[in-house]
Amino acid sequence: MTIQVSHPSTGQTQAHIADLTNMSVKPRSLWMDAWSRLIKNRASVVGMVVIVAFTLLALFASVLAPHNPLQINDGKGFLPPTWIEVGSNGKASDPAFFFGTDTLGRDVLSRTLYGARVSMTVGFLPTFIVIIIGTIVGLFAGYRGGRIDNLLMRLTDVFYAFPDLLFFIIVMVTLRQTYIGQLLNGLFLLFSALAVVGWVSFARIVRGQTLSLKEKEFIEAARCMGATDTRIMYRHILPNALSPVIILTAISIPGYIITEAILGYLGLGLIPSTNPNDFFITSWGASMLEGQTAINAQPWLLLAPAIAVSLVVLAFTFLGDGLRDALDPRLQGTQ
Amino acid sequence: MGKFLLRRMLWLIPVILVVSTITFVLMHAAPGGPWDRDLSARQVDPATQKMLNTYYGLDKPLWRQFTAYLVGDVDSEGKFDCGLICGDLGPSYRQRGLTIQQILFMPPEEKSVIYSRFGYSMRLGIYSLLFAIIIGIPAGVISALKQNTMVDYVSLFIVTIGISVPNFVMAIFLIIIFASTLHMVSIVPRSWDEISVWVLPAVILGFGTMARTARLTRASMLETMRQDYIRTARSKGLSERVVIIRHMIKNSLIPVVTILGPALAGLVTGSFIIETMFGFPGMGRAYVTAIGQRDYSMIMGTTLIYAVLVALANVSVDVVYVFLDPRIRLD
Repeated sequence: MTIQVSHPSTGQTQAHIADLTNMSVKPRSLWMDAWSRLIKNRASVVGMVVIVAFTLLALFASVLAPHNPLQINDGKGFLPPTWIEVGSNGKASDPAFFFGTDTLGRDVLSRTLYGARVSMTVGFLPTFIVIIIGTIVGLFAGYRGGRIDNLLMRLTDVFYAFPDLLFFIIVMVTLRQTYIGQLLNGLFLLFSALAVVGWVSFARIVRGQTLSLKEKEFIEAARCMGATDTRIMYRHILPNALSPVIILTAISIPGYIITEAILGYLGLGLIPSTNPNDFFITSWGASMLEGQTAINAQPWLLLAPAIAVSLVVLAFTFLGDGLRDALDPRLQGTQ
Repeated sequence: MGKFLLRRMLWLIPVILVVSTITFVLMHAAPGGPWDRDLSARQVDPATQKMLNTYYGLDKPLWRQFTAYLVGDVDSEGKFDCGLICGDLGPSYRQRGLTIQQILFMPPEEKSVIYSRFGYSMRLGIYSLLFAIIIGIPAGVISALKQNTMVDYVSLFIVTIGISVPNFVMAIFLIIIFASTLHMVSIVPRSWDEISVWVLPAVILGFGTMARTARLTRASMLETMRQDYIRTARSKGLSERVVIIRHMIKNSLIPVVTILGPALAGLVTGSFIIETMFGFPGMGRAYVTAIGQRDYSMIMGTTLIYAVLVALANVSVDVVYVFLDPRIRLD
């Protein structure tokens, strides 16, 4: 057999021993192992399906929505959902509007579908930015130590002291009227605020991993073979520090979605659009804000986005729990 | 111990400094002054604006406004007005004639301080925390003792929902079920003196904390159950009841106690949406109102109070931990 330089602390050493003793087990990487554990976990598979479904709904909202979410139907305001014949306000339901209509007669189902765009984008885009910044800073701080490290730790102390939500609220209140605050219907500012706070926790966790990994023998071995610092950081430390980053990602995403919903509900999130050419029309938080005055007349104005938020957030929680069990089996069942 | 406490309390100073600097800078980065926020309303005429600016010291250079806010400043008659260091959070721009600390901490006439906005919020927070403890800890203990049974699965399911679904979404569901459909409670009660009207907001607010407490208790119980001293206790013939109560629960509650401080801070700071939904006369609703009115000094003052609460809660964890677990050393 050919001799490969296997990566310690991944599952490959084990697989090699198995190979050498002539057992017919194919070597599997850590990631394949984790993946097979993950798809055996029913809750996280359901979670993944829900996430993929909502992502597709968000992407194809313009095709899937039965009505234009901005179309105002005169005299059809506050229609109840189709399964209720006559609503509490005495209006009969219309089969064309599944979840009924809002105060202006706009279709609730279509608006909820469009709301998925904002929530899924808020879930994925800032997280992506935050992971990249956090990982690079954490790697450097942990590997180089010294002044960068000190600065990072002081920064994180400060960020931890400022309650996140209060920071987002203040940023959104004060900068909303500026040019930046109006970009992408207010979402650009929200993403930036999320990123400013979010990278810190990623940097912290990567730094911690790097600190313990850089003392390991395989790093020493790599250095002896003449690997450069950059190579050691990105080829040897980073892949081994990825598990907690993935777990933290799955935990952060629902947090961002909830933050957007809270801000939207306070009237500080997405600025609801009236321009049909906009990609982002309304968000679930903003829909709930519009719906709260109609809690008796048309509760589905509130319920539709509330159920959607709950489903997405639950899906990410299930996936996060599954990922944690799959990537760090020692923790299984204890949390 | 004293030295440790003192050092942790001194850490509050940079925290307050940073929080107030960020808030101050952001507020002054916002376009326009505090008097022309609401574009739909009638504008304040320029002469009045100028007068108001002079009155509130907004015509001074920025650094001077900042130091005036933090430390204090000498007014036109040469009298020194003390700022934040004396606990003065400054005047409200919208509720004329009232300072921020009066709005937040002054109770209505002839009532005790628990009827102030701050008092109401603290009471709501404490009730929620009580709910979280009374339900969460037994739920965690039972589900650990009956691990991998139906009871455990049901409790885990509820806990997962409680942890992931945000409290205002939970509030929407519960309000629609209990208030609009079953008519068991009224959403906006006339008076907050009756204890029954506190139940729904306290339960909603405490639900997430309850879930987190239950999950942590369960995890901690499962770990304790596998310790050697539990086997020892059993093998020396102690009854199962004594083993569970004296040995397992007592030891597994240490990590649980430590999250209670931050939990209370979280409940108080996280209550603004719930307070607004229920028309609750607390600090959170005052904060949301201030956001709507762009009452900057009020937003700043309340943010500072929230930040201090959170910081104090974190200090309390360290202190409680040291008392409960002698293995942990201060340094």
